Amino acid sequence: MSVFVWIETFEGKANSASWEAVGVANTLASTMGTDVTALVFGENASAVGAEAGQYGASKAIVSEDATLSAFVLEPYAALLTQIVQDNSPSVVVAVGTNRGRELLASSAADTNSGLLTEAIELSIDGDTVKAVRPAYAGKVLMEVSTSTATKFITIRGRAFPSPAPNTSASADVTTTDAVLSANAIKTQVDSFESEVGTISLTDAAIIVSGGRGMANNPVDAPVDQSGDEATIWKAKHGYENTIQPLADVLGAAVGASRAAVDAGYIPYKHQVGQTGKVVNPDLYIACGISGAIQHQAGMRGSKIIVAINKDAEAPIFKLARYGIVGDLYEIVPALTEALKKKLS
Amino acid sequence: MHVVTFTRSTPDTAAKVWVDADGNVTWGDVATVVNPWDEYALEETIIQAKDAGGNSTVIAIGAELHNDALKQSIAMGIPNAIRVNEDGADLTDSLVWSTLATGAINKLGDVDLVIFGKESIDVGTDQHSYQVARKLGWTMLSYVSKIIEVDYDAKTIKVEKMLEQGKQVLTAQLPAVVTVMKGINEPRYPNFLGIRKASKAVIPEWTASDLGVEVPTSTTSVVAYKNLPERDITTEIIDGDSVEAKAATLVDRLFEEKVL
Repeated sequence: MSVFVWIETFEGKANSASWEAVGVANTLASTMGTDVTALVFGENASAVGAEAGQYGASKAIVSEDATLSAFVLEPYAALLTQIVQDNSPSVVVAVGTNRGRELLASSAADTNSGLLTEAIELSIDGDTVKAVRPAYAGKVLMEVSTSTATKFITIRGRAFPSPAPNTSASADVTTTDAVLSANAIKTQVDSFESEVGTISLTDAAIIVSGGRGMANNPVDAPVDQSGDEATIWKAKHGYENTIQPLADVLGAAVGASRAAVDAGYIPYKHQVGQTGKVVNPDLYIACGISGAIQHQAGMRGSKIIVAINKDAEAPIFKLARYGIVGDLYEIVPALTEALKKKLS
Repeated sequence: MHVVTFTRSTPDTAAKVWVDADGNVTWGDVATVVNPWDEYALEETIIQAKDAGGNSTVIAIGAELHNDALKQSIAMGIPNAIRVNEDGADLTDSLVWSTLATGAINKLGDVDLVIFGKESIDVGTDQHSYQVARKLGWTMLSYVSKIIEVDYDAKTIKVEKMLEQGKQVLTAQLPAVVTVMKGINEPRYPNFLGIRKASKAVIPEWTASDLGVEVPTSTTSVVAYKNLPERDITTEIIDGDSVEAKAATLVDRLFEEKVL
């Protein structure tokens, strides 16, 4: 049966990383001799379902029920499970965002199906799907397989190419009802505070990261700040006035090492590494980061790594394609200027 | 009122991990630690149980190795620890794991809240907590950055959740399964009394038959572990007469690499 792919949406728009999952679904479907069905729930689902056709889905099953407008696991999982039980797809695939992971894991539990997560390579042999995924925070790889009737797969973002859209194609859209009524849902959203304008680390094609070296900011802290407080002030000032401008020129996300997060220089959501985010951008610029093994685990999948560090012996240079030995507070502003000149 | 959390022993984050000639994952003789994500779950369990004047239990599923993490949890201040193990059960399969975890929660019987760390850094599968919640039929609240309020009389929990696009406040019905993020608290260090208590603790081991569950057939299997391909990199250290010259050369290289 068909290969199903869940398209993540937020406020009525598709998460573009979901097209990577459609690309994977296309490959699996052509090997299995079947077609691709997109699943879209929530606001504007019909239009996004039709849009999935541009990337290769021939059908879409959608629901715009009001209970599905914000992602809440229970109504989403109940609906996905119902669709899987009604249609017995051979595969359900999604990109492994927070929501993709919890939705597919839940539905796999409901239907007693095998779940392969964080896939970076996939292969099919008869009724078996095999995935290669990172384990031990990316220090080793593991191959896992499943042969259950429906196989649930989440792929790592940016590990598979996004298909080029064919703007004249569209998917056949079928509408379905939600499974849970509003009063059967045990979780209610009270409020939502949006953080607009920030680029998500996991989606970013380019990341500029700062580490412990951010503390060596030559700018003086205000006179009423001393000791650790002054150090934190300097580091924060550096992220805002040295790292962020480079990130802005590149359209990049801002990352950080655990050392910088633990020292209070920058909030946790920026942490790259073993207990932060695992990222694989095209370009990773590490500024003032020594490259502890925990940090390497989070970023060694990056295509090109650039290291800027005062210490020529820092382990980060062993991973880097390009390195500049020197003070990040001199080099990063010069790099920002050089890029502005080149890109203007 | 009873809060339950799960933990496991994992190699230290600074450990080198590789696949040996027999195809097994090894980290040499480096000691294991409490799975780093679980430290936040353990601390939150202690806080929640204390706030409500209730009981708390930590559970590990798997081989004796995990007793180390359980003892560390006792040392931090969780009074009860249990290890669940079943010979022959494929614990790499998250549905097998979740079935045993669900069985243990049901056997305890009076549990209101289960708190998980985000994931385990060994297998790195952020999926067990969701599957436990589904098997229990409980509410699932993931990526929680703050537990705002738990009302055990009204049976509700109010939390702040981190989304990729911002922060959400959710109210849900108990019993619930929660996964917590780094930053929700500052995990405590065990004190001397805690360490002494842990060293004397005898940890009960429950099997599937103690839980009254049948171990299901595994839905997935681990085919092999592999070492990472060597990163074939020649590092070019960019030199130049001035900082500006170095920056300009780097920009040229990045354009040649087509990453800009």
